Amino acid sequence: MGIALHAIEGRSPGYWGLLGALGALTALGLAGAWYMEHHGHVVTGMTNQIVWGVPHVFAVFLIVAASGALNVASIASVFGRTFYKPLAPLSGLLAIALLAGGLMVLVLDLGRADRLVVAMTHFNFKSIFAWNIFLYTGFFALVAVYLWAMLERRMNRYAAAVGFGAFVWRLVLTTGTGSIFGFLVARAAYDSALLAPLFIALSFSYGLAAFLIVLLAAYGWTGRELGAAVLARLKNLQIVFVAAALYFVAVYHLTNLYLAKQGAYVRFILVDGGVYPLAFWGGQVLLGSLVPMALLAHPRLGATRGAIAVAATLVVLGGLAQMFVTIVGGQAFPLELFPGFAESSTFFDGEAHRYVPSAPELALGVAGIAVAGILVALAVKLVAFLPARLGDPLADSA
Amino acid sequence: MKPVDPTRRQFLAAAGGAVSILTLAPGVLLLAPAHGRAPDQPVTGKVRWGLLIDTTKCAAGCADCVAACNRENGLSGGTRPTDPQWIRKVELKDRRPGRQASLPMMCQHCAQPPCVDVCPTGASFKRADGIVLVDKHICIGCRYCMMACPYKARSLVHEPVTGQSPDVPRGKGTVESCTFCVQRVDRGETPACVEACAAARHGAMVFGDLNDPASEIARRLAAYPSTRVRADLALDPGVRYQGI
Repeated sequence: MGIALHAIEGRSPGYWGLLGALGALTALGLAGAWYMEHHGHVVTGMTNQIVWGVPHVFAVFLIVAASGALNVASIASVFGRTFYKPLAPLSGLLAIALLAGGLMVLVLDLGRADRLVVAMTHFNFKSIFAWNIFLYTGFFALVAVYLWAMLERRMNRYAAAVGFGAFVWRLVLTTGTGSIFGFLVARAAYDSALLAPLFIALSFSYGLAAFLIVLLAAYGWTGRELGAAVLARLKNLQIVFVAAALYFVAVYHLTNLYLAKQGAYVRFILVDGGVYPLAFWGGQVLLGSLVPMALLAHPRLGATRGAIAVAATLVVLGGLAQMFVTIVGGQAFPLELFPGFAESSTFFDGEAHRYVPSAPELALGVAGIAVAGILVALAVKLVAFLPARLGDPLADSA
Repeated sequence: MKPVDPTRRQFLAAAGGAVSILTLAPGVLLLAPAHGRAPDQPVTGKVRWGLLIDTTKCAAGCADCVAACNRENGLSGGTRPTDPQWIRKVELKDRRPGRQASLPMMCQHCAQPPCVDVCPTGASFKRADGIVLVDKHICIGCRYCMMACPYKARSLVHEPVTGQSPDVPRGKGTVESCTFCVQRVDRGETPACVEACAAARHGAMVFGDLNDPASEIARRLAAYPSTRVRADLALDPGVRYQGI
């Protein structure tokens, strides 16, 4: 039995209010990017010590979440769980939207954003960044074909094959994103093959959290039926994904703890590095992992939509905290050129680097999320992405 | 009247002859000056430019090399976190015995440069003679090279630049670093930092061709132990240090 997909009406004041708010955030971000482009990066908090700041925190988070958002579709197509099939188109749409938002932030933070065409025409194939350009554009293309295969009846028979391709692609893509950092041999925080699987685990968690937020919003605000069994399965999956991400984070830090040469870095990031241990323990571990797991696992609270929405939002905020710790914290710890020596210089050698983000770069980062939201809100109005009803019996029989 | 010193007269005659030959020979015989390169000649891999720093002769607090670099390359010399610094003095103190050392740190012109590996567009590149440069025309300002450099040698130009040297084009939003004063090297001169160090009679910096066994740098490296910074990364840097 087929599931009827229907576009949302999208004429209520709430819908236009949402679009207006997201549009305003996007406009603010674009204004911030223009300001940065005009004056140079001197108007950001970024320096020659902290070279990647808040825009990268948002961009990498969104790109990682994008690959994870495709999971619901993958579970349906690749692992044959028909229960998830009605949700698969929304999953693909969200993946594209999140990636677009992330890439927009990444590109607008370039020192020479006007040279995007150079990045598209000059390639150094030894660079993981250059590979990622192909991984990102390929992901757009594959997921677009995947959506077509799912939504067009005559193409349905190809959905499983294309879905499998997209699933493999997304694993490679997140490996590539993790390796942007994993391949940085010189820095204590990176230089680890573990970052690739860690980023894959993070993507499962962030992507599903983003999916849950969109699903709850779309069904709650349109008054469509959303069965408790659908939500129960998704929220249980979210618990597993958060736990898996936490596992990789624990192994990463435990490995570093064992190595004498990493001792100073681990101490910095986990104990005495100021804002970074706070973001790690308070943001990433407590609010971003333990609290959402407890909320979702709670026998009574875990069944309520409010708690699921709060938990998913916390996972997203914890993810941003995690990216802040990984990207900014990793750079704040100074490079050690001469082990065993105390170093000092006019270029801030040997000291923890300071970073205070400015308003324009924060606005640019937030605009990435807003753009993803706009793309989803417009797409579900223009194209039939969402099942008219997601009642439990219907979902079960799909 | 003081008698003429015959050895002094011989020396002057020989010196005069040598100057005449050096001045006329390139024009007559089409000889290039030592290590110089005619503009229409390609850079070759026969030469590997290198720099040796004797830290025992490098005084703490002396920044003659830094000032010369800033002058030559049109840098402001500012030391805010956003100001580019192509060369900086690093003060070292051994944590256990407390011995101190001072040395200039700059692009190490690696044979296996991580900045070149990670650059998505190929803007970061290594010349055949080992000098690592940034092509300002295709640098998109992604700063991945700054993340990858183990020596923190690179800077992003954070704001519009004024008062540029015609030999050293720079641009807001692109990444830059020590070029070994490539414009001077191609004219047969040494980098500005090396010249300033020698002019002040510190003699802590020796620039030359690592591939030429007769060059002073190659002879000194052969005779005395030296250190590669972050030797564990096996990047084969062109800059070596003695005395640390």
